[in-house]
Amino acid sequence: MSTLLEVSGVSVSFDGFKAINNLTFQIGPAEMRAVIGPNGAGKTTFMDIITGKTKPDDGHVLWGDKSVSLLSMTESQIAQAGIGRKFQRPTVFEDQSVGENLMLALKNKRSPFAVLRFKPSQSDHEKVAQLAKEIGLEQALDRKSGELSHGQKQWLEIGMLLAQDPQLLLVDEPAAGMTPAEREHTTDILVEAAKTRAVVVIEHDMEFVRRLNCKVTVLHEGSVLAEGSLDHVTQDEKVIEVYLGR
Amino acid sequence: MVEMTSTALPRRKPLVLRYPSVAIFLIILSLFTAVVTILGEGFGIGVISTSFIKTLGKTLCLCLAALAMDLVWGYTGILSLGHMAFFGIGGYAIGMWLMYARTEIIVRDSLAAAALPPTPQEISDGIATQIFGVVGTSEFPPIWSLAHSFPLQLAAVVLVPGLLAFVFGWLAFRSRVTGVYLSILTQAMTLALSLYLFQNDSGLRGNNGLSGLQNLPGLEDVPQSTVSILFFWASALALGLGYVLCAWVVSGKFGSVIRAIRDDESRVRFLGYSVEAYKLFIFTFTAVICGIAGALYYPQAGIINPAEIAPIASIYLAVWVAIGGRGRLYGAVIGAAFVSLLSTWFTGGQAPDISVGFYTIQWVDWWTILLGLSFVAVTLFAPRGVGGLIDRFTERRAPDRHGADLGPDLGSLQEREADK
Amino acid sequence: MMLPFKRAVLALLILAAPTLLQAQSAEAPVQQVLQTHADVIVKSSRKTIGPAIDALATSGLPEAQVVLERWQAKDMWVNKETGLFVFAEKADGGLQLFDVSDGSEIGIADRKQFKQLKPNSGIRGMIASALVQFRLNDPNPENRADALTAIERDAEASHLAALRGAIDTEDDADLKARKERLERLLTIRFDEDEAARLAAIESFAGDLGVDVRATLNPLVASEIQTAQQIPDGAVAVEVGSDDLTREQAYDLLVEAGLAPALVDTATVKEALIANISGDTVAGVQVASLNEDAARAAAYQLLADQGLADPLVTQNEIDKAIESHSFFRVYVGAPLPVALAAQATLQDIETQVALNQTADLVLDALSLASIYFLAAIGLAITFGVMGVINMAHGEFIMMGAYTGYVVQLFIPDLTLSILVAIPCAFMVTFGAGVLMERLVIRWLYHRPLETLLATFGVSIALQQLAKNIFGTQARPLTAPAWLDGSMVINDIVSISYIRIAIFILALLFLALFLIVMNRTRLGLEVRAVTQNPRMAASMGINPDRINMLTFGFGSGIAGIAGVAIGLYAKVTSEMGSDYIVQSFMTVVVGGVGNIWGTLLGATMVGTLQKGIEWLNPSNTLAAQTYMILFIILFIQFRPRGIIALKGRAAEA
Repeated sequence: MSTLLEVSGVSVSFDGFKAINNLTFQIGPAEMRAVIGPNGAGKTTFMDIITGKTKPDDGHVLWGDKSVSLLSMTESQIAQAGIGRKFQRPTVFEDQSVGENLMLALKNKRSPFAVLRFKPSQSDHEKVAQLAKEIGLEQALDRKSGELSHGQKQWLEIGMLLAQDPQLLLVDEPAAGMTPAEREHTTDILVEAAKTRAVVVIEHDMEFVRRLNCKVTVLHEGSVLAEGSLDHVTQDEKVIEVYLGR
Repeated sequence: MVEMTSTALPRRKPLVLRYPSVAIFLIILSLFTAVVTILGEGFGIGVISTSFIKTLGKTLCLCLAALAMDLVWGYTGILSLGHMAFFGIGGYAIGMWLMYARTEIIVRDSLAAAALPPTPQEISDGIATQIFGVVGTSEFPPIWSLAHSFPLQLAAVVLVPGLLAFVFGWLAFRSRVTGVYLSILTQAMTLALSLYLFQNDSGLRGNNGLSGLQNLPGLEDVPQSTVSILFFWASALALGLGYVLCAWVVSGKFGSVIRAIRDDESRVRFLGYSVEAYKLFIFTFTAVICGIAGALYYPQAGIINPAEIAPIASIYLAVWVAIGGRGRLYGAVIGAAFVSLLSTWFTGGQAPDISVGFYTIQWVDWWTILLGLSFVAVTLFAPRGVGGLIDRFTERRAPDRHGADLGPDLGSLQEREADK
Repeated sequence: MMLPFKRAVLALLILAAPTLLQAQSAEAPVQQVLQTHADVIVKSSRKTIGPAIDALATSGLPEAQVVLERWQAKDMWVNKETGLFVFAEKADGGLQLFDVSDGSEIGIADRKQFKQLKPNSGIRGMIASALVQFRLNDPNPENRADALTAIERDAEASHLAALRGAIDTEDDADLKARKERLERLLTIRFDEDEAARLAAIESFAGDLGVDVRATLNPLVASEIQTAQQIPDGAVAVEVGSDDLTREQAYDLLVEAGLAPALVDTATVKEALIANISGDTVAGVQVASLNEDAARAAAYQLLADQGLADPLVTQNEIDKAIESHSFFRVYVGAPLPVALAAQATLQDIETQVALNQTADLVLDALSLASIYFLAAIGLAITFGVMGVINMAHGEFIMMGAYTGYVVQLFIPDLTLSILVAIPCAFMVTFGAGVLMERLVIRWLYHRPLETLLATFGVSIALQQLAKNIFGTQARPLTAPAWLDGSMVINDIVSISYIRIAIFILALLFLALFLIVMNRTRLGLEVRAVTQNPRMAASMGINPDRINMLTFGFGSGIAGIAGVAIGLYAKVTSEMGSDYIVQSFMTVVVGGVGNIWGTLLGATMVGTLQKGIEWLNPSNTLAAQTYMILFIILFIQFRPRGIIALKGRAAEA
């Protein structure tokens, strides 16, 4: 299987504290991966590095068939290259309607002049409607997204992530604040998405991870502690030690 | 599927229908222009004095500048404290031509009586002596080399503020200077510019500034009452066009992007938009609008000097927009018109003094204090400004949960902090 | 009671006058000298009086000094009959006479018999300089010092000998040193002996005194001259170099009468106007003369007819320049002296440059301490609390006005300053707390709104100050012991106020560090800054801490106001003069770090002084360039000199 994203030997420290320490990670073009780890393991920083928010002190991050380095690209260039991110806390544009939020995320030309001339085509409208239906907000398209409940905002953000049509989805705790039924729906969407693209899910909830039924990477103190199926890693001595204390 | 689309997302309607406020604004502006024309001296019955028509014309220009400020601050969230610098540059650019052309006519007239017909050099020297005598030189500084040409100076009205804004914005946005830092930086920019212009060897007559701009070269025979109405029309036209243009910019997806940048710029980055490019576009675009507004304002004011671009002027611009209600175009116009006219009324000594027994409140002295305090009050109690009152009727209420506490205790993390 | 008696005595005296006058000695040596020059003395003309004064001054008579002094004071009269000179004072009933040789009283005489000598100011000046040599040997050291000062101010060749004669007898060491130094300076200027001049010049190598440079500079004066051949000892100057453009070279030739003057456009115009007949000049239509080229052509026609001087062609100019040499000659002194002076001056310039650098550093430091004082309160409110306070400048102003008001009630300057400092702190602390309670606490985490609201407060306070105190500057007077400056040499000096401000800045730094690191308040402030929720759960009231911190920052601004008021003027606008620079200081230094503020102030101060030094005539330009520099600096270090890194920086 070819590699879509390759992170190798990456380290970053904040004021002497090593948040990420010689981390190496790979993911293929159509693969689901769960990343777990205790608090402070560096999960969010790991995503920050891939999306360009944080520049590492050391190491390489290579992307796609042509192995482009992501380190010299800005956040927006990385996003345009095909990496979408969903934040831990839902961050939607609360002052704008659900439809506008989705339209904003929809894959289209991003340059100011193109956007200035932009007129949504029929297919754009259809895509937005399709996505809204998928995330259960088809009745709320004209509502301000700030009026939505916490769970609905989570959905909207997942919808925005899908609207970008990225090759790699980075999803930070997608199921937080959702009812069991909603979680199931989220799982379905993510599993569906992983058929055609790479999905990295950060999650605390082991039940959720189990339902994703995918390879698991365990992070600890900024580096990979173990990798494999959920059953495999939960048997791992080191993982047990880290999670349960010695 | 197609059915649902047509119900949930209606097809794009013309701008005026999607934004009824544009149509309402244009109608009010036309009515206002018509009424002023009828009441004015130039073409009407002369109820309104020429000087008041000039005040009204200037106010329209200030409204245009406020519109630009609203775009950059209210919509994009960049609190620029330097936009009046661009306004002033526009004024200087047109002022240079006005002063040059008029002085040229005077010099040619005075040299016509000479024994020999004047050479181009003599004319140029004569103009330079006339213009720069006050700063003790009689040579043209290099920046005046285009002053003889109306089209070129007109181009400068647009290009110089645009270029300055582009360079400054490119530097500032590229290094991700945001928030109050950017505000202070823009303030420093306008301070630097005004200090530079205060020097006598800046080439723009130091603190004397450019004067006599109300006299249009070639139109000496036209009375000021007519000229003032012409400028009033031009200002109204510029404001109307500017309003439509701004409404067009903020209405579509572009508006959606810049409002998103205002609310959460890093999120917009992760959606793949180059936030810097958008900010730069808006910053430059609004600088050009300010330049044009300034070019229309100063011929009506008659004089421009470096004090006009002192940092305080730009802060007043922000004050108008805040009082009018930012994030809505009519708010900016209302704020600028209301506050600047009120300010003229109070500082012009027309407001009646209030006697409180032992002390007489003279508005000339106390107006600034009232303005400052009312500004604090607006920020505290009506952050949406006067425009917010209109929302109450139109039910356009936006949720704002950004500042909400996450926990019940004092000092607990707030939503915005928790994201970071 | 006394009057009748006095009158009687006077009458007696007047009757006795002729006999008394005879008692005056006509043989006294000084009277003889005066008599020798009686004509010119009585004539009292500046042109002819010289020998008379010289004769008195060089007579070697001890009484000559008194004679000169009284002559200068218009106390000398001459008897119209005998031609003898006397000192006289107007008294009741006539003139009280005194002998010129010993000053003894002669008696009272009728005014009409005598003529007062009224030397004009020119003559009085000449007498004064002649008197110098007497004063140099005056028994009173103060008079000797005065005489030296007089010579320093306006030296003459004659002083040199007098000065030399007065050195050995000098017993005051300081005065002796002054005399010796002055003697060397006068040697350079007036001595005929070249070797002595050279020695004196060399002795001043490295001396920073302004007087030395003032003495040496005229010696090295040079000018460019022209002739067919370069004379000995002159340095050739190339035509067309920066020293001498071709135009200047030709002008020199014209000046020296070696070439015909150029015909400039004004001359052409005059000649043309003078020769207008009808509507033509030399057959050319007047109306066509609206180009320089056309005018030149018409002028050429006039010249051909002999009606004007011919135009000088470029060819002629070139030829004239090539056939002459241009060279630089020293005109202030003979060549060896000029060269020696040049060498010494160069040596001095090096020293001066070094010392000027030192002076510049001192200047920059004192400006930096003012910026630091102005910015430190801001560093607290902006850096620690993240609150932009645009009214900070007005708190500075408030502190300064507090100082002014205190001085109205306490006339003792030292005491009033000591009272003003705590008063200013209290006033601005109160104002700060009030503002925090009423405005700022509603706006935490909305920095742009805070900026605008505090700006509203700022303009209101500024206008309020204007309404109360008026628009003119109010004095805040420093106590006498802060007047004047510490002079290290003629170049390096620093005023005591600046030293005091520097010390105050250090004190503030220490105060800040102690409060933040050693007190409970500081601990709580740091806790609230880092994690308000955690701090709250540990029993710290963040509201109270924010209030106190803001008050503390504002209070420091008040004290800074007193200091700045002593140094600059107290006006309602003084706050806005400092606010932008203060923000610059904080931003350049790095927010949230007092050392950053210190570095920022040093950088902004040094930069401003440095740019002013490069372009001393224009402080406005200096400020412009400094701001531009800072804007660029922010591009490369957006978080300032001392930047917080990582997660802390993003909060």
